[in-house]
Amino acid sequence: MSTHKITVTVNGQAHSAEVESRLLLVHFIRENLRLTGTHIGCDTSHCGACTVLLDGRPVKSCTLFAVQATGRTVRTVEGLEQNGQFHPIQAGFKEEHGLQCGFCTSGMMMTATALLEGNASPSELEIRSAISGNLCRCTGYVNIVKAIQHAAAEMRGAAAVPSSAANEAQATVNA
Amino acid sequence: MIPSSFDYVAPSSLDEAIAVLGEHAGEAKILSGGQSLIPMLKLRLAAPTVLVDINRIEGLDYVEERDGALRIGALAREHDLEASATVRTKYPILFDTARVIADPLVRNTATVCGNIAHGDPGNDHPATMIALGASVVARGPNGTRSIPARGFFRGLFETALAEDEIVTELVIPAPAARSGGAYLKLERKVGDFATAAVAVQITLDAQNAVTRAGIGLTNVGATPIAATDAESFLVGKMLDDGTIAEVARRAAAAAEPFEDRRGSADYKRDVIRVLAGRALRLAAQRAQGVAPSDGRA
Repeated sequence: MSTHKITVTVNGQAHSAEVESRLLLVHFIRENLRLTGTHIGCDTSHCGACTVLLDGRPVKSCTLFAVQATGRTVRTVEGLEQNGQFHPIQAGFKEEHGLQCGFCTSGMMMTATALLEGNASPSELEIRSAISGNLCRCTGYVNIVKAIQHAAAEMRGAAAVPSSAANEAQATVNA
Repeated sequence: MIPSSFDYVAPSSLDEAIAVLGEHAGEAKILSGGQSLIPMLKLRLAAPTVLVDINRIEGLDYVEERDGALRIGALAREHDLEASATVRTKYPILFDTARVIADPLVRNTATVCGNIAHGDPGNDHPATMIALGASVVARGPNGTRSIPARGFFRGLFETALAEDEIVTELVIPAPAARSGGAYLKLERKVGDFATAAVAVQITLDAQNAVTRAGIGLTNVGATPIAATDAESFLVGKMLDDGTIAEVARRAAAAAEPFEDRRGSADYKRDVIRVLAGRALRLAAQRAQGVAPSDGRA
């Protein structure tokens, strides 16, 4: 067994700790830092509830050791809100009812944030591909896709897509 | 789930990593992407005493064409294949393969070389590397050697690698003109291992006769399988319906599937037959430039 001094920048703030080599990143985030917005779902790398951004890329924090993150930057759902204002992705999930039980939501929003930071106008297919590693058992994904489209529109500075237009687009896709 | 305790080292050079492997022969494991290894540690299916994290070694994350071959470094991620214009246009079979592995989050971390070194017959790259005629470059205390993908997989989770060797690179010979390939996989849901999958890479002459053929099969045996009988039947033939059906039949005959939750042995053999025919048709279309290299089948 070995322990290691690590320093990880989480949501812009450097955190140092002495950790066991086998400590998973998700446990470091939840238990050492008490940032419990990142959830543990399946614990087997399937569900994506534990998704965080590691140097900007979405990864499953249940399948990474904390020691691997030393010297790197992590963003969690707690880092989305700025100065008491929702991040557009949070606003999108609220406006379009992108959640029911909320368990997958933090991971889903982190994946969506990375998507929108790299692609301001993703197609529905690109959105669905991007979130294919994040499982939601409540919504059937329809409102999650709308929430991400809503956020994309807000981040582009355009007016949000009216719900009726989004419904029509959805009907076309389903047809 | 918490893995057993282990020591962790993160060397900054390959030589240092190889030395650590040598000191702990048989007890140490390489940690690259970790997307197969860490779940196994958590389930305690594996309990190495030392993890050698190679992620801090510089200069291993390339995907580039050099000296007539595509070279994929030990730390190139699956995402890097998906993002590579060279892969998308010149090695469509590799693009097909990368995009059906696990899910996008896993692909941000998982490495291509790890997918090979792990020796899991359910992994997708082995069949593709067999079809492409790729080689695995391994480095150990006595230097570097090149192992053909066809001879690399020895058994379930068993490869030709020695305990103190590291896969440093995959080398894929650049395909000749009028070459095309495809990887088709049946999976129950996104992120699942293949029920069965087929990799086909062919080269055609000016008359559309096949001059070279590689066919690899995923998850229908203890190792990835080279469908050699189907390959040798295919070389020299024109791709009419009868030939394609016979190649597909021979590919299915090479499969040695086990019955499990994904289906019976007979079902999986028949999936191989169907996918082999479809992959061969798509490979031929791509070789003739009449199918998009990054489109769906």
